[in-house]
Amino acid sequence: MVNSNCCCLSNMDFPIIFLHLVVGIITIIIVRVIYIIYRRSKLLYTRSTKPLSTLIVLGSGGHTAEMLNLLAVLQKERFKPRYYVAAATDNMSLQKARVLEDSLVDKAGIDLVGTAHFMQIYRSREVGQSYITSIGTTLIAIAHALWLMVKMRPQVILCNGPGTCIPLCAIAFLLKVFGIRWSSIFYVESIARVRRLSLSGFLLYKLHMADQLFVQWPQLKMKYPRANYVGRLM
Amino acid sequence: MSEVDHGTKSKRLVFVTVGTTSFDSLVRAVDTQEVKEALFRKGYTHLIIQMGRGSYIPTKSAGEDESLDVDYFTFSSSIAEYLKSASLVISHAGSGSIFETLRLEKPLIVVVNEDLMDNHQSELAEELAERKHLFCARPQTLFRTIQEMDLESLIAYQPGDCNTGC
Repeated sequence: MVNSNCCCLSNMDFPIIFLHLVVGIITIIIVRVIYIIYRRSKLLYTRSTKPLSTLIVLGSGGHTAEMLNLLAVLQKERFKPRYYVAAATDNMSLQKARVLEDSLVDKAGIDLVGTAHFMQIYRSREVGQSYITSIGTTLIAIAHALWLMVKMRPQVILCNGPGTCIPLCAIAFLLKVFGIRWSSIFYVESIARVRRLSLSGFLLYKLHMADQLFVQWPQLKMKYPRANYVGRLM
Repeated sequence: MSEVDHGTKSKRLVFVTVGTTSFDSLVRAVDTQEVKEALFRKGYTHLIIQMGRGSYIPTKSAGEDESLDVDYFTFSSSIAEYLKSASLVISHAGSGSIFETLRLEKPLIVVVNEDLMDNHQSELAEELAERKHLFCARPQTLFRTIQEMDLESLIAYQPGDCNTGC
C-alpha cells in the first residue's frame, strides 16, 4: 500500500512542478510587461550624454516627407548611429534619407562615416491589401524584422505610420520583456490623420507599446488622451 | 495669394496633379467642357495635367479662339517647377502634394479620390478646407467648386507650428 502511494505521489509530482513552473514564468512575464508599460513615459537616461543608437522607420511618400522634417531638427550628435529602414518595395525613401545624411556631412565638415546605415525590410501589408492575406505576409515580415532588430539593437525607435513599423516595434517590446535590449519607442502619427489614428498608431496606442505617441491635430488628442499634441510637422 | 506672371503677359496656368498612381476620375472631370469653360471664364489660360499611370487620355488643345490651352504628361521630376508657375493647383489628396502647394501659397483645390479602399485622405483635405487653406471637392463637384470659389477667402497656411521639444 505504502509503496503504491509513493508511486502515485511521484507520478503526480511532475505535472504539479511543471504547472508551478508555467504559472511562475507567466507571472514573471506579466509583471515584467506591467513594469515596462509603467516605465514607458519615464525618461530612459536622465543625465547620460552617451549617444543613443536610433532606428528610423521610413514609409512611402507623405510619411517620409514628415519624418525628414522631424529629422531636420533632431540632435544628430545624441542620436547615432542612425539606422534607416524602409520597405523593400520603396526605393525613394532611403534615397531621400541618404541625401539628408550627405547634407549633414557637407554641413558639419566632419567625418560622419558609420553614423548612418540604410536597410530594407519586407512589408507586412501593401496599401490596399486585404486584412486576411496580411496575416501571412506579416509573419514573413516579422521573421525578417527579428533578424534586423537583433543586428541593430536600437535604443530609440522613431516611426510615423507605415505598416513596417509594427513588427519592429513588437520585437523591440519583446526584447524589453526578455531584458535583451531596453529601447524607447516614439510614434508620430501622420498629419493626414485628423479624426482617427491609423492602424499602426491604433495598435501601438491600445497595446501600450509606444513610449510616446504624438498626434498632429487637437481632435486626435481629445479622442486619445494618452497621446501628445505639440503642433504640426508640415 | 500670389499671382506671378512670367513671360507672356497674361499666362495663367492651372496645374492638375494626380500623384504617383492614377486618378482617372479627376482627369476625366477636368477634361469636361464645363470645367474647362469655367476655368477660362475665371481668367485662366493654360491647363497642364499630370495624369500619372491613368488610362484616360485628356484631349490636347492649342488654345485658339477663346479657349483653354490644354496639355498633359504622365510623370515629371520637376513637379515643383509646375507648381511654382501655376496660378491654381488642382491636386489629389496626398499630403505631399497638399503641403508642397500650400507652402508655395498657391490657391489649391484638393479632389478626394472616393475609389480608394481606406479613404482616410479626405480627413486632411476636409480639415484644411474648414480652416480655409484650400478648397475640397470630389470629381463630380469639381465644376461647382471652381464656379463658386472665392480665392480671396483663402488663408495662407503657416507651416510647422510644432513647438515643444522640436
